[in-house]
Amino acid sequence: MEVERKMSLQSLTLAEARSAVVEGRVSAVALAEQHFERIAAVDGEIHSFLALTRERALAQAERVDAAVRAGEEVGPLAGVPVGIKDVLTTRGVETTAGSKILSGYHPPYDATAVARLEAAGAVVLGKLNCDEFAMGSSNENSAYGPVKNPRALDRVPGGSSGGSAAAVAAGLCVASLGTDTGGSIRQPAAFCGVVGVLPTYGRVSRYGLIAFASSLDRVGPFARSVEDAATVLQVMAGPDEMDATASLQPVADYSAEMGKGVEGLRIGVPEEYFGEGLNPEIREAIERVLDGLKGAGCSLHKVSLPHTRYAVPTYYVLATAEASSNLSRFDGVRYGLRTKDGATLTAMFRNTRDEGFGAEVKRRILLGTYVLSAGYYDAYYRKAQQVRSLLARDFVQAFAGVDAIVAPVTPTAAFKLGEKTSDPLQMYLEDIYTVSASLAGICGMSVPCGETSAGLPIGVQVLGRYFDEATMLRVGAGVERLQRG
Amino acid sequence: MSVSVEEVRHVADLANLELTAEELPRMAKDLNAVLGYIAQLNELDTSAVEPMAQVGEALGLKPAREGETLRGDSVRTSIERDAVMAEAPETDGRFFKVPRVIER
Repeated sequence: MEVERKMSLQSLTLAEARSAVVEGRVSAVALAEQHFERIAAVDGEIHSFLALTRERALAQAERVDAAVRAGEEVGPLAGVPVGIKDVLTTRGVETTAGSKILSGYHPPYDATAVARLEAAGAVVLGKLNCDEFAMGSSNENSAYGPVKNPRALDRVPGGSSGGSAAAVAAGLCVASLGTDTGGSIRQPAAFCGVVGVLPTYGRVSRYGLIAFASSLDRVGPFARSVEDAATVLQVMAGPDEMDATASLQPVADYSAEMGKGVEGLRIGVPEEYFGEGLNPEIREAIERVLDGLKGAGCSLHKVSLPHTRYAVPTYYVLATAEASSNLSRFDGVRYGLRTKDGATLTAMFRNTRDEGFGAEVKRRILLGTYVLSAGYYDAYYRKAQQVRSLLARDFVQAFAGVDAIVAPVTPTAAFKLGEKTSDPLQMYLEDIYTVSASLAGICGMSVPCGETSAGLPIGVQVLGRYFDEATMLRVGAGVERLQRG
Repeated sequence: MSVSVEEVRHVADLANLELTAEELPRMAKDLNAVLGYIAQLNELDTSAVEPMAQVGEALGLKPAREGETLRGDSVRTSIERDAVMAEAPETDGRFFKVPRVIER
């Protein structure tokens, strides 16, 4: 129990938490209770959790403790307290996607990613705040109020997985799940100073992920170290008969791959990611990382991703088009909110959607409906799909000569709450370094690599080939070693 | 190309969104700003480029390979009806209930 008292929840790694539980130095129940205490103490201000799943957590923790006492084999996440972004369904636990239109919705099934975490012994503490339907880059679009950045309370945590990043940064859970459609894992990870991983499209099942843009949506982990994120990814990755887009591609042993180090790896540096608009302190931090990787035996190579500047406009056509279709299911009939003001069926649909959706969701549904409407389909939707091909091709060509690409995640560090809410276009430009990988479908991650002079975290982005998370994680772990000196 | 308030109203109709008199001009302004930005895609000649709808296409997955992720077409237990119906705003336990559709 002495060891337990000394455990600092803010720096506790997944590996440490699991071994403490497995070796009987702390019970899974006590570890969960300590996290609930910390949530009660600090989350009133940060607002990363939308719901706590205390009963479910303690029941799971007791199962883990019983297995440990009985000397049984326990899973790779045994007793590890985690949080789940509220766009992933949890059986019988309110799941809102950050929207009023799903308030009070208790899904009848678990998302595959959640089920696999629990099967590996993870203890789910609760559901994490996010931008409504994962649409946003600051978490200010949540219908339940914004999340604050634990590293600077007047700043945003990033979005849309703002709660997932903030909870890990603040020591409220050891790891968490987020989702990334255009940057929603990597950008908040960078803003909050934690590790965030975007797996290749198809690496992790989307079953139970409330759809925003189905050809782009992905589930991925947040953690305090690259190794921890890899452990969570290992548990989730692989085919799923509930999602035909979940790939049959074999899953590598990430831990073994990361043990190989970075010597001899070829690192691509894309000139398009270091242009005008990149904050000088971030540029310096990324350049320090590149120097460090070179010192560790990597070779650096200039690469070109010539269509980069077309990625944001392409994304806002395709993502909104898919969203306008996906979000048509919210009509007040089968789940969630139904307006009291609906004398006819049509009035019921419209008033429910008017009351239930926030301004940004409406804006994107309108844009998506517009680009798909008669007369505009070829000019916008088909055009954007063609440019998406060009963006994917850029990466395939670049990866012909390098093993991974290193670039900034964001043009600036975390901005102030309210700073960008009045101008949607300015907010969309936040995604400038993240959307290309989203559209292409390759894997990527954000690793902390220092701070600005104001003390705000800086993240570096590592991009990898399709289904080559192993090499990406090797480079990520190499970047992390540089920070530790 | 500029989108008028009238067009925004039409698109809102298509999307079953009810916009207030205050929301309409604001949405028209935002839509025009974003569409103006999107227009830069026209700088690219894409006449010879295949559209990409899914990541599998970028990976060159052959149609024969695509079907391998589909599960067998066999009868199996699905989610319990009670758990689903319990989430509906209005139901008789078997069916979803909605406001009157046909006037008589």
